[in-house]
Amino acid sequence: MLRVATLLPDLLGTYGDGGNGLVLASRARRRGIEVAQCDVELGQSIPDASIYLLGGGEDGPQRLACDLLARGSFVERVRDGATVVAVCAGLQLLGNSFAVEGDDRYQGLGLVDIETTRGDERSVGEICVRVGDQLLVGFENHGGHTSLGAGVAPLGQVVRGRGNDGVVDGYRDGNIWATYAHGPVLALNPWLADQILESVLGRELAPLDGVADRLYEERRASLSR
Amino acid sequence: MNRGSGTVAGGRVGLRISPNLLGNLARGRTVIVLSGTNGKTTTTALVSAGWGTEVTTNDTGANMPAGHVAALVRSRGHATVLEVDEAWLPEVVRQVEPAVVVLLNLSRDQLDRANEVRQMAARWRRCLDKDAGFRGTVIANANDPLVVFAAEGASHVLWCDVPTQWIADARSCPRCTLALEYRSETWSCSCGFAKPSPITTGLGDGVVIDGVAVPLVLSIPGAFNVANAALALTALKVVGVDPIVAAQRMHEVRSVAGRFTLRRWRGHTLRLLLAKNPSGFDALLAALADDGGDVWIAINARVADGRDPSWLYDVPFERLRGHRVWCFGDRRLDLATRLDYGGVDFEVVDDPGAVPVAKATVPLLANYTAFSDWLKVSAPC
Repeated sequence: MLRVATLLPDLLGTYGDGGNGLVLASRARRRGIEVAQCDVELGQSIPDASIYLLGGGEDGPQRLACDLLARGSFVERVRDGATVVAVCAGLQLLGNSFAVEGDDRYQGLGLVDIETTRGDERSVGEICVRVGDQLLVGFENHGGHTSLGAGVAPLGQVVRGRGNDGVVDGYRDGNIWATYAHGPVLALNPWLADQILESVLGRELAPLDGVADRLYEERRASLSR
Repeated sequence: MNRGSGTVAGGRVGLRISPNLLGNLARGRTVIVLSGTNGKTTTTALVSAGWGTEVTTNDTGANMPAGHVAALVRSRGHATVLEVDEAWLPEVVRQVEPAVVVLLNLSRDQLDRANEVRQMAARWRRCLDKDAGFRGTVIANANDPLVVFAAEGASHVLWCDVPTQWIADARSCPRCTLALEYRSETWSCSCGFAKPSPITTGLGDGVVIDGVAVPLVLSIPGAFNVANAALALTALKVVGVDPIVAAQRMHEVRSVAGRFTLRRWRGHTLRLLLAKNPSGFDALLAALADDGGDVWIAINARVADGRDPSWLYDVPFERLRGHRVWCFGDRRLDLATRLDYGGVDFEVVDDPGAVPVAKATVPLLANYTAFSDWLKVSAPC
C-alpha cells in the first residue's frame, strides 16, 4: 500500500499544487499498485505516509504551515525516511530559515541545510531545468533566493527561468525532492513522477503511455526553442 | 480631448496629460463601481439594465482607468456603472468617489499577474476603510471571507447573504490565518472574525432586500447569476431605484457580450460559456445538466488569460465523469492531461473539423481568449 498525503492544502495550495498528489496516486494505481491518497487539512493530525507533498502559499499561510508542521510528527517521520515532494513555499520551509513579511529570517523546519532570503525581484514565468539527462519544465512564481548548504545537491541546473538563484533549481537531499516549479509540476513531467515513485517503491516501473507524454513533449519543445 | 476621445487609446493619452482626469469626468455623476473575480461584466450589465435610465458604462474588458475615461467621455449620462479590474479598484475609488462599491467575490485568478489574493483583499480594505475617507456605501458578499475582510472597515456596508460555492481561497482566516470553520449557513474563526450581520439582502425563497420580497426571473442561467442580480438590485436600491421594477428590467438581459448565447458552428449548436478561473469553472460545472452529454472545453494561456494554466488542477473536473469532454485551444494537452488524471473521458481535438456533429446543444466552456476566438468563428443562432 502506497500512502500519498498532501499536507495543509488549505494553506499551501496556491497554484494547483494538489495536482502532484493526484498524479503520483494515479500513475501508481495504473501500474496495479494499491494507493491511499489523502489531504491533511488544518486541525488534522499527520497520518503515516510513504510520500508527503507540500505546495506553495502566501507569507502568512506559509508561516502558519511551518509552525504547525514543526509541532506535529512530520519532522520525525521525514527523518525516519518518509519521502517529501515540495514546491515553492514548501521548498523554503523545509530549510533553516526563510523570509516572510516582517521577518527576513523566519525559522524553518531545519530538515535541509538551506536558507532562503528575499530575491531582488519576483520571478514569474516558465522555467526549464536540466535534471540528469532529462529536462524538467514548469512555471515559477516566487520572490525567494535560496542558497544550498555545502552538503545539499540541487535538483538540477537552470536552463531557463530563475529557480533558487538563476543557476540551479531546488534540491535533492536523500528522501526530499524540491523545486520552484510550482503547481502540477509532476503532471507536466511524468518522468519525474515515475522517478519519485521508483525511489519510494525501490523498484523499476513499467512504462505508462498517456496524454501526459504528449504534453511533456510539447512543453519541452516550446521551452527549449 | 478631441480626436480619439471615447476610446481606450484616447483615455490612455488623456490620463497621461491629466492624471486626475477620471475624477474630473466622474464629478457630479451617481457612480456605482463593481469589482470581484467573477461576474463583473454580467453584474454591470444587470445594473445597467435595471437602472431604467440612460446609463454610462464601460465596454467589456476595458475595466482599467483608460476604459473608464473612454466611457465617461462618450456619454454625459448622470447614472454611471463601472466594472473595475480588481487591482485597479483602490485607484478608481480614490478618484471617482463612487456612491456605491459592489464587491462580488475574490479568489485566485491570473496569479502570474496579480500574485496573491490575500494581498488584494488587504489593498481593498485599505481603500474602503473609514479612515481612508471613503463615504459611499459598500455592497458586499457576506459569504466570501476575503470580501468581508475587505469591506468590514467601511463606514457604511450592506451585507448580502448570497450562496458562494468557492471557498478554497478562504480556508484560512484573512485576519489571523487560522482555520475558518464553516457550518451550514455560517462561518467563523476563533479570533472573532465571522460572517457579519445584520444581513440586508438574502436569497431564501427568492430575493429579499430590507425585508421586501423582490420577484426575480432571469433569462440568463446559473445560480451564480441570481447572486449577481441580488447584489445589483441592492446597489440600485441605494441610488433610489425600486428593486421590484429593476428586477423586471433585468429579465430582458439574455446574454452579456456573447456569454450564455447559442451559436452555430459547422453544423454544431453551441452554448458559449465563459469561465476564466477555478471558481468560475466551479460555478459553471455545477450548472451543467447531469445528462452525460458531450462537453467542449477550450483553454488558452495567452497574456490575457494568465500564462500559467496550473489552475486547471484547482478545478473540480472530476464532476465531468460520465460525460465525454472534447479538448480545444492552445493548451488542450494540459486540459486533457488534467482530465485523464481526474478519470474523465476525453478527446484531444487537433482538427476541429473532424468532431462528429451531434443533434443536441453542446455546452462550450472557454477561458478568456479562447472564448473570444469562438465568438469570432461562430454565428448567432
